[in-house]
Amino acid sequence: MSDRDVVISVRNVRKCFPSADGSFITVLDDVSFDIHRGETLVIMGGSGDGKSTLLNCLIAEYDVDAGAIFYRTRDMDEPGDIHTMGPRELNAVRKRFGILFQSGALFNSMTVAENVALPLREHSYVDPSIIDIVVTLKLQQVKMLAHRDKMPAQLSGGQKKRAGLARATALDPEILFYDEPSAGLDPVTSCAIDELIIDLTRKLRVTSVVVTHEMDSAFRIADRMVMLGKGRVLKVATRAEFEAIRDADPDVLADPVDRLIHQFINGLNHGPLTDREGMSEFEKLLVGTQTGL
Amino acid sequence: MSTAPAGSPSSRPGVVVRAVEAVGAAAATGLRAAASSVAAVGGMAYLFYDCLGVCARTLLGRKSRVSGESLAAQMVRVGVRSIGIVCLVQIFIGAILALQLAPTLESYGQLQQIATVVAIAVVRELGPLITAIVLSGFAGASIAAEIGAMVEAEEIKALRAHALDPVRFLIVPRFLATVMMIVGLAVIADIVGVTGGLLTSWAALGIDPQSYLDMTQTALVTKDFVTGLVKAGVFGVLISMIACYEGLNVSGGAEGVGSATTATVVKCIVAIIGTDAVFTAIFYVFEL
Repeated sequence: MSDRDVVISVRNVRKCFPSADGSFITVLDDVSFDIHRGETLVIMGGSGDGKSTLLNCLIAEYDVDAGAIFYRTRDMDEPGDIHTMGPRELNAVRKRFGILFQSGALFNSMTVAENVALPLREHSYVDPSIIDIVVTLKLQQVKMLAHRDKMPAQLSGGQKKRAGLARATALDPEILFYDEPSAGLDPVTSCAIDELIIDLTRKLRVTSVVVTHEMDSAFRIADRMVMLGKGRVLKVATRAEFEAIRDADPDVLADPVDRLIHQFINGLNHGPLTDREGMSEFEKLLVGTQTGL
Repeated sequence: MSTAPAGSPSSRPGVVVRAVEAVGAAAATGLRAAASSVAAVGGMAYLFYDCLGVCARTLLGRKSRVSGESLAAQMVRVGVRSIGIVCLVQIFIGAILALQLAPTLESYGQLQQIATVVAIAVVRELGPLITAIVLSGFAGASIAAEIGAMVEAEEIKALRAHALDPVRFLIVPRFLATVMMIVGLAVIADIVGVTGGLLTSWAALGIDPQSYLDMTQTALVTKDFVTGLVKAGVFGVLISMIACYEGLNVSGGAEGVGSATTATVVKCIVAIIGTDAVFTAIFYVFEL
């Protein structure tokens, strides 16, 4: 793939947060990978492995402590590091992507239609009648047209996500970010959201970056996948390669990282993920392995 | 180095050592709190600077406009809905002033000066001050809670992700509404406070209402109103900036929102009274 096919390039990103005792906790450590134009990349990992932090770094909500995140949208001649851009440049990049937050993040003082219209009203000089047509189209795409005049408080969790998705696509973005799109949803609604993601990716020809730990969803929508573990990239591979790890006998997996990934994907409670945590001193005492008993 | 086994009395730090450690820990906590307060003041100053920038760009440009609808909604919420409670409080303030001052003035044979004292006290001081304190609870707490809830619901993050400035959308309408409406409310408070004094003086002290009004008119000069309204405007800036800053820095879910709301009211009251003291000293020095 040529350089022009890489829309986001993450290079050696490190992110730390201060802890209560004044020290620093490293949440992301030397994270590097590329996101290619038109693909659906799933970023997965366990709780506390840095997925949300990575997403916040990708959208420049957090600064990085080391490394860089280069964007190359269609209107950029050269890639630019979003963490060194000025506010005007950064806003120009932000207009090229949309994001679906975990809870939808709809503005509670506005109706569904007003939420979707907001980016259009603020970032274009289009006539309000045209904005109304675009809003209708966007809501139709996510099957929320019947709810256009409702307030967010009147919507279910799945409806909020659909409305949030309509708002995220309002400016026809090049890149769509999804933060745990299936979180809190029943399996049927979750599947419906996944199909919506696939449908929109195909129709709008966007690049999709999905952060999730729902394996069913991940394998449904992914072209490629990134596995995070304790803030580090464990593996970047195609869906087929991850499927092979998922379906393999763990005893024949030579790479210890693959065995760890196998345990995570299959949701097993025995394996490298749980063994490496070990028993506490108290647990050893309980099972009588401590001397002195 | 002690060779005593761990946990034995002679291996535990002595009383003096523990006392020194406690003093050190308390000093460190105090320094951290002081640093945090300085950081908060700096953050509010920066937020105020951002607000002024948005206002300037709104006056000069087209695309940086503040939403008129949003501003009007906030003015109703902060100002119009506070009129009732401000009037109620100020009526009592006027009555309390009149009854408290009456015995002392009467002992000097100057009971008729009640009108003068109530008017100056209300217009220069108690009108703006009490209005600001009422608004700290009524509007300040609700602004902090609302913005804090928006932070927790990722709405602020969503604004930034859509290349929209949260200061322009959320903070500036609340800032302008609070400053404009507190000045208006201070005027209402002045009128109602003087009326409270008048009614109490008439009903309880037998002072003729017309002579009360004449004394009030004679006592008040332009600078009394100006100083009172300038203070009210500054109090409005303090209330809005503290409330918005606390709201934007909420963390920790519902508990964090509750803490921010409480902190807003406490900080507003302290800031208002401290600023009032500074203004009073300045006006005294410059004979305003």
